[in-house]
Amino acid sequence: MATKQIIHGIYNDEVPLLEGCKKLRESGIRIADVFTPFPVHGIDPIVGVPRTRIAICSFIYGITGMSLATLMMWYMMIHDWPVDIGGKPNWAYYFNIPAFIPITFESTVLCAAHGMAITYFLRCWLVPGARPKNPDPRTTDDKFMIYLELNDEQSKKADEILRSTGAEEINYKGTITIEPKY
Amino acid sequence: MNTDKLNFVIPAKTKMLSFAFMAVGLVSIICMFMFDKQPDDHHYHSTRAWANIFAGAFFFMAIGLGAAFFLGLQYAAESGWATTIKRLIEAVSWYLPVGLSFMLAVFILGQLQVHHLYPWMTPGIATEGDPNYDAVIAGKIGYFGVFWWIRTILYIVAWIMFTWKLRKNSLEADALGEEEAKGYHWKNIKLSAWFMVVFAVSSSTSAWDWVMSIDTHWFSTLFGWYIFSGMWVSAMIVLTIMIVWLKKLGYLEFVTESTLHDVGKWMFAISFLWTYLYFSQFMLIWYSDIPEEVVYFQTRWESYKALMWTVFFVNFAFPMIMLMSRDSKRNYFFLMFVGTIIFIGHYLDVIMIVMPGTVGHHWTGLGWMELGTFLFFLGVFMYVVLTNLSKRPLLVKNHPFLEESKHHSY
Repeated sequence: MATKQIIHGIYNDEVPLLEGCKKLRESGIRIADVFTPFPVHGIDPIVGVPRTRIAICSFIYGITGMSLATLMMWYMMIHDWPVDIGGKPNWAYYFNIPAFIPITFESTVLCAAHGMAITYFLRCWLVPGARPKNPDPRTTDDKFMIYLELNDEQSKKADEILRSTGAEEINYKGTITIEPKY
Repeated sequence: MNTDKLNFVIPAKTKMLSFAFMAVGLVSIICMFMFDKQPDDHHYHSTRAWANIFAGAFFFMAIGLGAAFFLGLQYAAESGWATTIKRLIEAVSWYLPVGLSFMLAVFILGQLQVHHLYPWMTPGIATEGDPNYDAVIAGKIGYFGVFWWIRTILYIVAWIMFTWKLRKNSLEADALGEEEAKGYHWKNIKLSAWFMVVFAVSSSTSAWDWVMSIDTHWFSTLFGWYIFSGMWVSAMIVLTIMIVWLKKLGYLEFVTESTLHDVGKWMFAISFLWTYLYFSQFMLIWYSDIPEEVVYFQTRWESYKALMWTVFFVNFAFPMIMLMSRDSKRNYFFLMFVGTIIFIGHYLDVIMIVMPGTVGHHWTGLGWMELGTFLFFLGVFMYVVLTNLSKRPLLVKNHPFLEESKHHSY
């Protein structure tokens, strides 16, 4: 069991924020989260966010969509009731493949796009009725915030770094108790 | 910043290489006219040689045009990321006068009956009772002839005027202060907006006039976009290869990895646009099965099957697999390797567009004639583009988005 201090370091611009993030990471402090009013380019490697795996999900969803469309069209148009497409031979799927390409493509895109969006919402738990997770609403307007969960020793170091990089406010928001996982 | 790295000097080796290409190409073009004979067909007058010259002239002119379009697009969209490579785009786009001169020479020689690439240029083709009479072409002849020449001159004048003016304003803005230069930028935005409107129409109609009219009986409204997507992707490939090459030579240190990544993305995306249009044209014709439309693909299916499949796989499946991942679009070797192969793929695409309507069933497969002509035009293209590039500093000054572009990263 470990007790950790919650710290909100609030800046009024992205440049000192990035500077603060860099310094914190250099001194070995883990940044729990960063809240900004707009997307800051190039922030991911500085904050230490691992690379997204959503591209892999997208690929899997795409393959699924492609297979489903192929299966559906083969069953409907060839197997169950062979459909006459412009008077062309239709006793095998590949004879009429040009006609099936657009639907295969659309289904791939549909499944990949929706799959990615749904995965994203679930992973971030952005579901109807979810509790807002933004700890300080001012970060949706004009403030930039570094959110830290640190033990006492690290808190002192972090406080210094935040102050030296020009944080406007440093708010201590109490402690949380983190249960060890195993 | 190192100032001598702002002025590009053509490496002596590269200059030699471009001259070597031109020399080899010129020899093979001369040989081509000596060997390209079909004694049993009296309609055949070195057709393959002329078709090759047309393909080479058109492909490289189209790259210049694609770059001119892309330059205009950046202004019209007021985009910032491409500012650091603006001089490269300008250099490629100014191949246009040379490329269009080659095209004009081919057209004039056609009208003088030196070659027979365009059936509608044949005298008497629209006169009933003439041995050359062709009822289908006679029905369309109002669109060709003088009207065709008026349009051709209009395209050439319009494209050159727009590109020339865009380049001129860009250079003049360099000499001014930051505030006056903004006026030039605003001028270029307005000019580009007009260029986009003119180009939207003329890219399609010029493709019909210059390329589709080789198969005068056949028509496809989608053809213009198909040609356009091919020229656009070829221009993006040339830009990618040039950025990588110049970076290896130590230039362009202000071009960020993200800018290169974006150019790679364009190459990837427009490969798909090309595939989309190529396939749409094929599928609609395959589906409806109307004889006068299907004839276009019948010739290709019978005598050019290998070429047709090669073009499809090289220009679609290959970039899709190779350029899908983020890392490959940031890897110099990958971009160079994939770019070179799809560049050749798009040249083969032009060969496949031109040959069946001209050489037809005399086609014996790709050979030294195609290679030699390609090398000749490649040599000219390299020389002209690199000379253009060496005449101006590699980085624009006073462009309002310059700082943004220098810090472009994600």
